[in-house]
Amino acid sequence: MNQPTNISGATCRDAPILKERGQREVFCGLTGIIWLHRKMQDAFFLVVGSRTCAHLLQSAAGVMIFAEPRFGTAVLEEGDLAGMADAHEELDREVDRLLSRRPDIKQLFLVGSCPSEVIKLDLHRAAERLTVKHAPHVRVLNYSGSGIETTFTQGEDACLASMVPVLPETDERELLLVGALPDVVEDQAVDLLTKMGIGPIRVLPAHRSAEAPGVGPNTVYACLQPFLGDTSAALDRRGARMIQAPFPFGEEGTTLWLRAIADEFGVDDETFAHVTDAPRARARTAIANAAKALQGKTIFFMPDSQLEIPLARFLTRECGMEAIEIGQPYIHKGLVGPDMDLIPAGPTISEGQDVDKQLDRVRAARPDLTVCGLGLANPLEAEGLTTKWAIELVFTPVHFYEQAGDLAGLFSRPVRRRELLKLEAAE
Amino acid sequence: MKLTVWTYEGPPHVGAMRVATAMKGLHYVLHAPQGDTYADLLFTMIERRNHRPPVSYTTFEGRDLGTDTASIFRETCRDAYDRYQPQAMIVGASCTAELIQDDPGGLAEAMDIPVPVVALELPSYQRKENFGSDETFYQIVRALAQPMERTQEITANLIGPLALGFRHRDDIEEVKGLLYEMGIGVNVVAPFDATPEDIAKLGQAHFNVLMYPEHAETAARHLERTCSQPYTKTVPIGVGATHDFVAEVAQICAVEPKKDLSRLRQPWWSKSVDSTYLTGKRVFLFGDATHVKTAARIARDEMGFEVVGLGCYNREFARDIRKLAKDYGVEALITDDYLEVEKAIEDLAPEMILGTQMERHIGKRLGIPCAVISAPVHVQDFPARYSPQMGWEGANVIFDTWIHPLVMGLEEHLLHMFREDFEFHDEAGASHHGGHAPKPIAEAPAPEPVAAQPEAPVETGGDVMVWLADAERELKKIPFFVRGKAKRNTEKFAAERGVSEISIDTLYEAKAHFAR
Ligand code: SF4
Ligand code: SF4
Repeated sequence: MNQPTNISGATCRDAPILKERGQREVFCGLTGIIWLHRKMQDAFFLVVGSRTCAHLLQSAAGVMIFAEPRFGTAVLEEGDLAGMADAHEELDREVDRLLSRRPDIKQLFLVGSCPSEVIKLDLHRAAERLTVKHAPHVRVLNYSGSGIETTFTQGEDACLASMVPVLPETDERELLLVGALPDVVEDQAVDLLTKMGIGPIRVLPAHRSAEAPGVGPNTVYACLQPFLGDTSAALDRRGARMIQAPFPFGEEGTTLWLRAIADEFGVDDETFAHVTDAPRARARTAIANAAKALQGKTIFFMPDSQLEIPLARFLTRECGMEAIEIGQPYIHKGLVGPDMDLIPAGPTISEGQDVDKQLDRVRAARPDLTVCGLGLANPLEAEGLTTKWAIELVFTPVHFYEQAGDLAGLFSRPVRRRELLKLEAAE
Repeated sequence: MKLTVWTYEGPPHVGAMRVATAMKGLHYVLHAPQGDTYADLLFTMIERRNHRPPVSYTTFEGRDLGTDTASIFRETCRDAYDRYQPQAMIVGASCTAELIQDDPGGLAEAMDIPVPVVALELPSYQRKENFGSDETFYQIVRALAQPMERTQEITANLIGPLALGFRHRDDIEEVKGLLYEMGIGVNVVAPFDATPEDIAKLGQAHFNVLMYPEHAETAARHLERTCSQPYTKTVPIGVGATHDFVAEVAQICAVEPKKDLSRLRQPWWSKSVDSTYLTGKRVFLFGDATHVKTAARIARDEMGFEVVGLGCYNREFARDIRKLAKDYGVEALITDDYLEVEKAIEDLAPEMILGTQMERHIGKRLGIPCAVISAPVHVQDFPARYSPQMGWEGANVIFDTWIHPLVMGLEEHLLHMFREDFEFHDEAGASHHGGHAPKPIAEAPAPEPVAAQPEAPVETGGDVMVWLADAERELKKIPFFVRGKAKRNTEKFAAERGVSEISIDTLYEAKAHFAR
């Protein structure tokens, strides 16, 4: 009963992929800092970059809620570009200043940007040097969030991957959940699994560095997000093993994800049903309500958050939508393969982007809903197309049963709004 | 290297985008990595533009470095021309592309694009957004405008308004109206809604109205030199400044300074008795130099406020602002460090802030009312309704906007009279603000000592100064909008007299001392 509906015939996994290389309209990996710094409460993210990087973070954060958030940009100036030795000294000085002002900081991430990478500023070396200098109080790590190496959510992947090599070694058989989700959602996941008797459960990233999980040959892990390819590879190198499953979006995705873990831990059908039946039923009801507006409607995904394939699976299978094109910045079948297995062949699967050509396809298809970045939403609306901006999908709790209705609601709201507004004169 | 958290200005290429996005028929090819495309959302979301900014980004990647980033630039340029068929193009590099030195200008020139291509050199590691807009507009004007025969009737160009500007859309209408009253027509408005063909016609006007020096002063000087067009030095924001502006234009054009004051309500609104409560309100001003300069005059001369501090974030105008500060007898704060501004405001404890969206957040945190007078601004500062800052209507709008965050005159009295009333207690904030009551410093990192333990004496600040419990209870009875001032005055009074324990008597002695 908990097995996926078998798809007879070809699925998206084997469909040809339209690979495009042209102008992209996506954020760079620095953007991940906006949600990562809320999750890791004793971490500071120091971007080594330009005024552009600082401006990107400010624009993506939207509002400045905190006087001094736990992120900032060390802006490179003319002088730093001249001699490398200087840049390292300057960085050390900025870090000293920051850490003395913020004694609450236990982990410091030096985040590489396009400028720091183009001038080949070695942040790995800097992190090692600074770790020695500030041990044992602060651990300094580095990763790249640059736009020449990463897109949008890949920044989280790069950050988590940088943490894996320094996680403590353990031989315990533990379940590790990987991905930075809002606490309310993470707690739900842990609660469901605990009720099935699965444990101990650890989470990466932990709230505080002291709670960092161990990893070793007996660790099994499940990804909470479909963009954690490098993290997954790093965990594999530590001997951990991944549990593959569709991602926990919607009732079906959540059930399949939980079932895969339950199988790994030998949970019987009765226990599984006992724990999941009620929330499953709730999720179905909630989705059904929100999905009324979505039935039979077409949807087009511009590449953005890397959630596109799992979301297309949810929207086509649980909300009755029809996908026209599913675009992702890059496609990692080792992660999204199980989701692709559940989508019948038909929609165009595209990887990469040439935004002008893709917009031509949007205009030709005139989908009922287009999922896209913030830069494109209003211009498409002005052309009479309904849009859903993708960034909300990474800022809002959308995983697991209790949020399945909200997830459908994120898509149905713009559709309902379009039907609701009467802005013309009465006939 | 400098640690930056929130910034008043973006990089210079964002300034160039503000010019390009304001214009029509112009396309910008920007050599930049994919992440830099974030800048589109400033225009489509914050300003609610219904079209994409006319910018093609090359979005080169790490693997392209050292191999074919130049050919990616050429392809992007070619595709952009073919697809958009602009009347002119601008080309340039963002901070990253500046480092790889592909020379977009040289590459584009070698391509024989059949329309004018203007190369931009915007030093990303030295300059910022306002430099970028001013320089871009200047380069476009320099490339396209020439001396021409003047229009028959007297006309002006309105220069400076652009995309993401604070109320530029509506200021244009006001200035057109002021000129119209004097029988002066408008030749070209630029960059706002101008095409490259319009720019080519700038030389026809008799003079230029420099609306925003931050964005068009270099172009104005250039046109003065090459096309012998004088330009206006007064920015008509505020009643007095608008009168002065009319006089200046009349003099330039040798016409009658005709004005239609029938819709100007600000002077009476300011004189009417309800406004008495505005007298001597201590205000702090921060923003771009032009808006701060005009706001200072309005604050002092037209609202009767006391300017207790002022400053700007654009260093290009530091000298002007220092001079202004001197006239007002205060220290000028020239900085683009948001934390320094916050510190200055905390120290001065003004009753109101006139600032940018940054200061709005500072105000929220410190519980100080704030009205926005300058970019950078957020989505709520692009209202659907007509809401200029310039001209007669601008003066009306400013009056309303500035008093909106304050407690009304009559209401202020009622709060005093009923301050113990459980339904009318002052913690609720100004009654017309619904959920927006000022909040105490809850999110600020430093703990707020006074709110803490009511019975134990509380120390404040560096010198040991203690509020006795009954004095502190008395302080809490003072309505929220004057409590900060009362606390600060009392402490100042006590410090001057070497008093280290503040009692109820100290509080009221201080009140008597500072009464005016
Ligand atoms: S794309 Fe590169 S330069 Fe632009 S904001 Fe991202 S890291 Fe900074
Ligand atoms: S009171 Fe609220 S709505 Fe009014 S200006 Fe202030 S923040 Fe905006």
